[in-house]
Formats: sequence, structure tokens, C-alpha cells
Amino acid sequence: MTGRARYTDDITVPGAWYGRTIRSTIARGAIRSITLDPAFDWSRVVVVTADDIPGDNVVQLIRDDQPVLAPKGGEIRHKEEPILLLAAPDRATLEEAASHIHIEYELATPVSDIGSATLVFSTVDIAKGDVTSAQREADIVVEREFRVGLQEQLYIEPQGAIAFPEADGTIRVIGSLQCPYYVHRALKRALKLTDQQAVVVQAETGGGFGGKEEYPSIVAVHAALLARKAGRPVRLIYDRHEDLAATTKRHPGVIRHRTGVKKDGTLVFQDIEVVLDGGAYCTLTPVVLSRAAIHAAGAYSCPNVRIRARAVATNTPPNGAFRGFGAPQSLFAAELMVEHVAERLGRSSVDLRRLWMLRLGDTTATGQVLTESVGSELVLDAALKAAPPIRPSAHPTIRRGRGLSLVFHGSGFTGSGEKKLQGTIGFEALADGTFRILTASTEIGQGTKTIFCQLAADALGVGLDKVALAPQDTSLVPDSGPTVASRTAMIVGRLVQEAATEIKERLKREKPPLRVEKSYIQPDSVHWDETTYQGDAYPVYAWACTIADVDVDMTTGEVRVTDLVTAVDCGKALHPVMAEGQIEGGCLQAVGWATIEEIKMKDGGYQNDRLATYLIPTALDAPRIRTILVENPYSRGPFGAKGIGELPMDGPAPAIIAAIHDATGVWLDEIPATPEKVLAACASR
Amino acid sequence: MRFTLNGRTVSLDVVGTRRLLDVLREDLGATGTKEGCGEGECGACSVLIDGEVVDSCLVAAGQVEGRDIVTVEGLALQDGKLSQLQQAFIEHGAAQCGICTPGMLLAAHALLQQSKRLTADDVREGLAGNLCRCTGYTKIIDAVLSCTK
Repeated sequence: MTGRARYTDDITVPGAWYGRTIRSTIARGAIRSITLDPAFDWSRVVVVTADDIPGDNVVQLIRDDQPVLAPKGGEIRHKEEPILLLAAPDRATLEEAASHIHIEYELATPVSDIGSATLVFSTVDIAKGDVTSAQREADIVVEREFRVGLQEQLYIEPQGAIAFPEADGTIRVIGSLQCPYYVHRALKRALKLTDQQAVVVQAETGGGFGGKEEYPSIVAVHAALLARKAGRPVRLIYDRHEDLAATTKRHPGVIRHRTGVKKDGTLVFQDIEVVLDGGAYCTLTPVVLSRAAIHAAGAYSCPNVRIRARAVATNTPPNGAFRGFGAPQSLFAAELMVEHVAERLGRSSVDLRRLWMLRLGDTTATGQVLTESVGSELVLDAALKAAPPIRPSAHPTIRRGRGLSLVFHGSGFTGSGEKKLQGTIGFEALADGTFRILTASTEIGQGTKTIFCQLAADALGVGLDKVALAPQDTSLVPDSGPTVASRTAMIVGRLVQEAATEIKERLKREKPPLRVEKSYIQPDSVHWDETTYQGDAYPVYAWACTIADVDVDMTTGEVRVTDLVTAVDCGKALHPVMAEGQIEGGCLQAVGWATIEEIKMKDGGYQNDRLATYLIPTALDAPRIRTILVENPYSRGPFGAKGIGELPMDGPAPAIIAAIHDATGVWLDEIPATPEKVLAACASR
Repeated sequence: MRFTLNGRTVSLDVVGTRRLLDVLREDLGATGTKEGCGEGECGACSVLIDGEVVDSCLVAAGQVEGRDIVTVEGLALQDGKLSQLQQAFIEHGAAQCGICTPGMLLAAHALLQQSKRLTADDVREGLAGNLCRCTGYTKIIDAVLSCTK
């Protein structure tokens, strides 16, 4: 607001060198040789190769398949794969050195798309009832295949980290990141550091959306390796081009549905296949796939469901976490399937949703009985009531249409995730009468700081100015888990509330300073079987109904989303303005994904890897978004709140495609709905 | 070279081909101006040059000789209090992660200098050069419109 907040690149570090990553120019093959041209004086710079890694050459995450740097003779699995690191006292020297590195490759044929992929990262199978025998009961069976594309998170602040080597062997990294303890674990592993020797501090972070969940581990480890070898701080700040070309994207996917219904509309079975493209390395793909599979049947109650999901490997840069985490992909297909079945039945899709929707006491595809806070009907009614009348198009070549979607999104980690993680926070009453919250949960624009302080101040009965959040520094704060999965306000916020309540009680008898720690305890009523994918997949779900109005220009094929109304069951809005802000931002990201955000592939790399060619919505493209917060409390959330960070990413895309159909009469099965696709669909009609 | 930065005259000895963005951030410590793309697409580096919104990543330092530059650091009132616009951004929740906020504030400030009678469409038009990925723009537009009353 005043320019005083310090983001990573704003931090002045006297004597720091500039770092740079040298990356592969091929999609698949092996490194035959790396030559440092003797024409350059290499004593002016620091060069780091895989041989300089003191620990394991592994980016610590789920699997050990991704190297920190591709070793000489080692395999290259994607374009832009890091091979070598450079640091120099100034940018000009850095560029000069980079131009004197020659890498020769042995080329192999890359696997470029889902269709030709053979390596499978993971599979998920979910079964409810018996789809095979249920097929006999269905009067009508509808089949359809849907495709969704890559998407870039496009946080406005690119990735970056600064590493500081200290005399005692400690390496401190300050960076733009969502999950300090992910980076901490990655540093320990690759640099062979103890818990204390690796210190990770979050700088002000200019957006994340999942893009700064796992990728910052790579940036931080690279910066740390350079700093260790250079014996001085090194800043490794990506420019936008590198960020777009090399960092993770939303998983593209192909989703096939076969749905059986009776003539009266009764849902008989859903047979669903989900295939996601994980890219070259595993990253978080199995977890993304899991969420995609669990949400694949949509917000509906069906007695017989079969979901077969798999994630495959291709020789493209790895895909990773992005708001929604697989659910937007599978919900896109599920919602459009409702439209197709409704069309076949000659019924309104809104009526069909009312007939099918999950209600209190119903059972989801994983066999979870929904026992509380089911907002399906509330959001549907609220959105329908708030939708403005459809205005006729004033222009002869512009057709106007409206579409609707109904979605749910599991709040918090899947299954036993929270139980395994045991997220912990600290809470202190200080001698001066103030309070301090110690968590690793980061502020990335979504309001963590405000919400936590507000929850604590409220529980303590003190003013907001009496409560502060300790810096997100792994040497100070316990691991409250990553800032992901719509879990921060609901799970960690609840711990803050509990800790503050306990401190308040203790202050009646004891004097400050006092400190308490609180860890998440899974309620006994929650059961999840990871091997069968049966049980309580999430502690609770948030619900949304979105209505999109579009203008389709029949001469250019251009789609403009003019109005968006979204009703969201958030349990309880802890801070209504910020909750609306989250929802509106998420909706616009989804509008971008559905309409203009397209990544074109060429030789295993992204063709449009600049902001001039990868477009996101501007203020002119953005519809007026109207948010209706529906309160429907969840018993274990703070004041009833449920996580809603990702939910707004789910609903707009299918609503927009339904609106395009309403306007033009054609169904698109693939997003983004670019002018080319719209015109082609209209022409082939 | 000499120019005015937030009301103060600065004189510097810099290579004229350097980007104004780098001179502001590295030589003058005015790190409120951000780099989002370096190609004039995102507007995170917006500054005002003689009252006009300009992407400072596309301006060579040599071009601003004698000109009047305002960055986000110069938007607060003389007594250090936040301006009406800054206050409106806070009240309306127009800033989330904050990285686009400096550029957005400057673009909005320039717009409000031109006219106080703005419609929502005028604001959208005026802010179209500044990308925000967090808010969906709705709250930013509301904040700017609140300053027209």
C-alpha cells in the first residue's frame, strides 16, 4: 500500500551475487557433455553441477524421481530441466558466463501427450454399488469425453529466493513461498543439513495459488547450493519468461463419462475415467489425482459409481499444485455431464440437479455419509434468486447465453492427511500483555494474518492490536502444515482459537509469559481407508452454485463472460470482505482457464511462454462478479467456518461452457473455449 | 542526470540505457515499484511520469531527465497519512497479495486526477494495463469508484 512491504527481490543484501539456472533445451535424452568454454575466465563466477550436491540429488517431495540438477550422463526428461547453476557478482558477467556453456545431448523421442504415455505415476479406483449390474436398470446411457488444458498460476511476483551461508554451516533461505517446511525438508535432504542448520523464512509473497507450494523447494535448493559454493549470499530471482517456461502448471486431463438414468431422470450409475498428465516428474501428482478422483462424480448422489483414475508421465515440464488441485478438472466434466443427460431427457438441468444433488444424510462416491453442513440446495436457491434477468443482445452478431453449475469441494487434506501431518501451532502470552501466534501458515494474499489475529483476539477478548503473528521462520515456528488445500482458516484457524481459549483460562491463575502448543486431533468419528478409497474423504465440504452469462460473437468466435453470480456455502464467513475477495479472484482465474488461458505445446515446451502471449483476464475482460455468502456452520470449524480457497476455481468453467451452448446451440467438450474452437464447433454443426 | 522523485529532486550518475525500474529499485531504494514481467504487459512497475502512467521497465533512465516521477512511496499525504485512495483500497479489500497494488494505485490515482466522474467501465478501461491475479478486480473497481463520490 505504501511500498514498504519487502518481497524477496526488494531485500537488499550487500555483497550478494546473482544466480541463474542453466536448463535443458531438449525434451528427452541424455547429457553427453558439458563444456565450459576456456575463452571465458571461469574464476570470475561460481559454477554448480550435480557433483557439488553434498546430500541426495533429489527434490524432496513424494517420490525421489526428480533430481536437483540433471547429472552428466544422466537422463533429461523435459525441456527447461535444470542442469547447471551459475552465480556472478553482476548480471553482465552472469550472462557472459552463461553464453560460454555448451551442452551436448543424446536425443530420444519424447512422449508428448496423454494418448501416447505409457508410464503411470499413480492410480485411484473408487467403487460404490455395482456399475456392471446397474447398467441393466438404466433406460438411457449417455457417453461423453472432455478435455481440459494446462494453466499457469501466474502469481504476479515470479519465483525467487535468496540464500545466506553462515559460518556454522547453517544455510538460511528467504523466499517467495507457501510452505516453509517443504523447503526446509528439501534443503536438509539435498544439502545434508540438520533441522537447525536449515532455516527457511518466508518473505512477503506476491501470490501463490499452488504455484509456490512445491516449486520453491527447487529455487531454494539451487540458491543454497550456489551460496554454499560461493561462500556468500546468492539471490536467485526468476524473470517472467523463465517462470512461465519452467515452473509447474495445472494438470491437463481427459475425462470420460458414461451415465445411466431412468426415463424419469433417476440417476442409476456413473462410470468415470479420469486421466491426468503429470508431466516429467511425479511432484504432487498422486495427491492431485486423488482429489480429482474423489470429486469426479460431482455433487450428486448415485447408488452405483465407478471411478478409475490414473496419472501418466509425459516429457513436458512437471505439472503441480494449482488452486483446486485436480477437482476443477473432474468437476468440469461432471457438471457438463449433467447438462448432456438433461438434454437427452428433455429436462431442465436445474431440475435434474435438484433431483440428483447430495443432501444431508446422503452418501458420496467414497461411501461418506454427509452428516452436517450440506449446502447444495441453499446455494442453488441463492444463486437462482440473485441472478439478474437476461438482457437481450443489442448486437445482431452477438448471441447471449446463461449457464449454471453446482459443485462441492472438500475442505482440508484428503482422508488421513491431517492425522498424519499433526499440524502444530504455538501460542504465547508475553510479559507485556500482548500475544503471539506461532505458525508456519503463510500469508499469500488470502488473509491468514488477519484471520488468525482476529480469531485469537476474539477468543481472548482483547483488541486486535494486542495480537501478532510471529514471522514464518522455521527456526521460530512449529510446522502447522503447508498453506494449501483450503485448510488454513478451518484447520489451523481452529487450533489458534483453541490455543487462545486455553491461554485465557491459564491467565486466570498464572502470570505471563506463557506458551501453549496445539496439534490437530482427528475426531474419532472420521474414518478413511486409503487402500480401498472408502470413508470420510474430507472432514466437510463447501458448496457453490455459479451462474455465468456470456456474449458470443458469432463472427469472431470470441466469448466474453459478462456477469457471474456465485453463491457459496462457506460455513461461516470469518471476514466477509476477504471471503468475497477470495471467491471473486478464484472465479476470475476459472474464467481465464475456461476462455483465454491456453498453452500451446511445441517440441515438449510451451510455445507461449511470455506474458505477451500467455494472456490472463484484465479488468476489461473480467465480468462483474457477485458473491453471495451462504452461512451453514460446520461444527468443528472456527465459528463454523469451512475452507473455501479453492472452491471458486471449480464452478465457473462448466457454467461458461453451458452458457456458450445456450447462446449458440453448440457444445464444447474442451477448454479453453478459444475463438478457434467456438468457430469450429459452430461450423461443424 | 536529474529528475524529481516524489517531490524531491534527485541527481544521479547512471548509464542512460538502464531501465528506469532498476534505477528506482537499485539506486534509489524505491522498491515499492515491482517487476512482474519486464515486458510492459503486467503493469506492476507502473509509475507516473509527468502525471501519465508508464511501465518503468520499458523506460530508459535517460528518458526521464528533468521529468516529474511519482512512485507508490509518493502517494501518501504529506503528514504520512494514507491518501483517500489508499484508505479505500484497504477498506474495500482491494489488495490481497499486494504485489500489483503499487502499480494499481498509481493507475487509479492518475485516473482520478483526470476525472472524478467515473463509471465502472471507465475504471475497467483505466486499469486494463495493470494485471491482478488475486481479486478478480471487483473490489479494486469498488475502491476506485468510492473515491469519485
